[in-house]
Amino acid sequence: MLNYAVKRLGLSIAIVSLAMFLLFCMIYLVPGDPASVALGPRATDAMKEALRVKMGLDQPIWVQFWNFFSGAWTGDLGEEVLSGRPVLDVVFEQLPYTLILIAGGITWSVALGIPLGCWAAINRGSFADRLVGILSVAVIAVPSFVVAIYALLIFAVTLQWLPAIGAGEPGDIGDQLVHLILPSLAVGLGWVGYIARMVRASMLEVLEASHIRTARAFGLPDRTITYRYALTIAILPTITLLGVGIGQMLSSAVFAEIVFARPGVGKLVYDAILTRNFPVVTGAVLVTTVIFVLLNLVADLIVGALDPRVRSSF
Amino acid sequence: MSEAASNAPVPQSSEWMRSLKRLLREPLGVFGLALVLLVIFGAVFADFLTQWDPTRINPRVRFEGPSGEHLLGTDQLGRDLLARVLHGGRIALYVALVSTAISLAVGIVLGLIAGYGPRWLDNLMILVFDAMKSFPTVMLALALVTITGPSLTAVILVVILVNVPGYARIVRTQTIAIKTSEFVTAAQSAGASTARILRVHIMPNVIGPLVILASMDIPVVIAIEAGMSFLGLGVRPPTPSWGSILNDGFAQIRETPWIAIAGGIPIIVTTLGFTFLGETLRDVFDPRLKGR
Amino acid sequence: MSTLSISGLNVFFSTEDGPLHALKDVAFEVPERKIVGIVGESGCGKSTLINAILGLLADNGEVRSGQILFEGSHELTQLSKVEMQNLRGPRISTVFQDPMGALNPVLSVGQQMVNIQYRDDASKAQKAARAVEMLQLVRIPDAESALGRYPHQFSGGMKQRIAIAMALMMEPALLIADEPTTALDATLEVTTIELLKDLQKKIGCSVMFISHHLGVIAELCDDVVVMYAGEVVERGTVRDVFHAPGHPYTRRLLECDPARQTERTRILPTIPGEIPDLRARPQGCVFAARCLQQHLGCDQPQVEQNLGHDHAARCNLADEVSNQEVSA
Repeated sequence: MLNYAVKRLGLSIAIVSLAMFLLFCMIYLVPGDPASVALGPRATDAMKEALRVKMGLDQPIWVQFWNFFSGAWTGDLGEEVLSGRPVLDVVFEQLPYTLILIAGGITWSVALGIPLGCWAAINRGSFADRLVGILSVAVIAVPSFVVAIYALLIFAVTLQWLPAIGAGEPGDIGDQLVHLILPSLAVGLGWVGYIARMVRASMLEVLEASHIRTARAFGLPDRTITYRYALTIAILPTITLLGVGIGQMLSSAVFAEIVFARPGVGKLVYDAILTRNFPVVTGAVLVTTVIFVLLNLVADLIVGALDPRVRSSF
Repeated sequence: MSEAASNAPVPQSSEWMRSLKRLLREPLGVFGLALVLLVIFGAVFADFLTQWDPTRINPRVRFEGPSGEHLLGTDQLGRDLLARVLHGGRIALYVALVSTAISLAVGIVLGLIAGYGPRWLDNLMILVFDAMKSFPTVMLALALVTITGPSLTAVILVVILVNVPGYARIVRTQTIAIKTSEFVTAAQSAGASTARILRVHIMPNVIGPLVILASMDIPVVIAIEAGMSFLGLGVRPPTPSWGSILNDGFAQIRETPWIAIAGGIPIIVTTLGFTFLGETLRDVFDPRLKGR
Repeated sequence: MSTLSISGLNVFFSTEDGPLHALKDVAFEVPERKIVGIVGESGCGKSTLINAILGLLADNGEVRSGQILFEGSHELTQLSKVEMQNLRGPRISTVFQDPMGALNPVLSVGQQMVNIQYRDDASKAQKAARAVEMLQLVRIPDAESALGRYPHQFSGGMKQRIAIAMALMMEPALLIADEPTTALDATLEVTTIELLKDLQKKIGCSVMFISHHLGVIAELCDDVVVMYAGEVVERGTVRDVFHAPGHPYTRRLLECDPARQTERTRILPTIPGEIPDLRARPQGCVFAARCLQQHLGCDQPQVEQNLGHDHAARCNLADEVSNQEVSA
């Protein structure tokens, strides 16, 4: 198990390094001068030149890359253009809001997706099964920002059941939860579909397995067989899937944060683009990438810990 | 076409006809096809379906609700929403077509290189694809647009960056599978060049599943275009896009909700249509890909 | 009184191409404390028979007619789902063919052995003690720590012994063993068979032992039932059936048994031809297409012929054929 964890960690580090390299290439090789982008159209040449020197853009490309790369690994993502605060601090300030939003999205998707998929598998071929299948595909297809806006329109504006904007009163957990309902639904709805489909497929596979036949031959009640013997195996691939899903949820979170005017990394980056706060953009992209890779790693390790076959084979 | 037809297991045309007939028996597939045709029809005949110019500003009819004259109402500049929705369909389909075509071309080339090239290159490329996939899509788009500025080209570039790693991986996997199969080994021993093996033996086998998967990605592409335009990072005003209509509506969602509704419905119709069609196509043509 | 008494059992499956007649007029007995072997090629309906007895036929399967009488009082085809579930395990238990997949991979052996005792009021510790006892009985070394281990940590032979321990833990009246030794190698097969025989004596249950291995059947069983294409073609004591087979199919099976080969040969004999399509059963004998002793009577419905005390074969010519055999 330790071996496996170390191997997966190594791969994750390689992927993050490569992502940094790609990001660097994108920033420095795509036409456009970061210094003039940062200063805006009215900056003088002298101002641009000064900033170029400050940002290290006058140095050879490999020196620039090394500065960027070593800085990124040690947590130095540069400074915010206006206030001069370290970018990492700015990003970490907003990060908890986004992570809570994603946790909410996962809660929706798991709480709805697993029972729906399980129900569809047990009633295979029935009308309910077909309905779950079509609904799953439908919620996967519809983009999260459309869900966000329509949810806002229906539940906040028209019905006025739930608040429309903000993250709730600081310190008031109940209020914060109420504010979380709609944005996290927008983030998680598509994943209800993915998880329902995944659970259905793996449930059907597991229910065919011979150990389930053995369990039936011992007269175990259907409930025990479904939940303790089959579902415990069928949800394992779902955890891996969720690791991937978190990346997409990070994307959806950007929209949810903007539509519901919630603080968070997505809103931070969006605002940073509008104010040309360039280091914040790259810093936030890097941090979210690292988080995504890390959460994938965690998902794999959880599967490893839950599945006795994986646990002992590494 | 002697050798190619006899050696490679390319689907025969009668098989395609049978699959097509099976598709038309699936209610969900027919429904999806109808939605897709509706969207294409609306985009192609936009100029005939409405007399309004999607970019003409008319301050006297700002924020008008749906009426006989403006079927879907007007926006904050008095532009007819139906005209904007229909012309927005053109942008969406244009982006979908162009960016999918480019992604496919790039993906095939990179996948063939990875699959047919030396082992170290393959490993390196797989790592690069994984790294590219590890950026959350929207973050990638945001970073890119910061540099290039918002434009249709930026949207297409983002789609390509999002799609290519997946396509290349599939092509690579298929290539490796076919590379070691008997008919390619036979061709190799008969002295066929690498280029010829790629063109005659590997490409025809790779393209079928790839096209099905690409067609299933079209809703994602449409969502990226609309999403970036919604954020003001896609097509520039006054060009109509479903995403920018949605954004116009979002700004006024309390007072004039019909604008947001008009922007969202076509996105839902198009993504659902392509998804239902794509899912059915996949099941009908290539059941092995089920569940991807 | 027999533990299991099956008569006139007909099972159908509905398929896209019409109904499939999987079991036709199946009838045999499993007497108390006896081991009955069921033998036949794959596709002869052995699995369907087990599933019909256990009430675990697939959704498209249906018992159209016939009786499955268990312990003289339970008519299994008429029981409700819950009544049947209450018999499975405590009264009728099963050991399946595939020892690798027969146990749940994510639950420990102990959890699984405790779970199947869910009907008992005993404490968890008592149930675990019971499980240890059974594991010792099937000679699992270090039985107590075995409870905490997972199936993949055991070898195939051990897993099959654990499955046997689970099946016999409730002291059932009937044990159904579905090719329990097929996946094991020869030495393991022998020890497993001996173990099964010992335990059967100890517990005093009846056993329905399914196998295509004639040697094992001869070694272990009291009676034998030969099945072909969903029909019982011959039944009787092992002695009668093996020494004076009445049905041409039984004879071909015995000829093809590698253990019975007397001459050295490069080719293992097999029966040419295939089982007929069960969606369109022939009017006459099901085996006719592959039979060497074709006769005018073969296209007529076959009637079971009595060949002696509890020995019968479903071949209209059985009398003549077996007499020929004896005189030859």
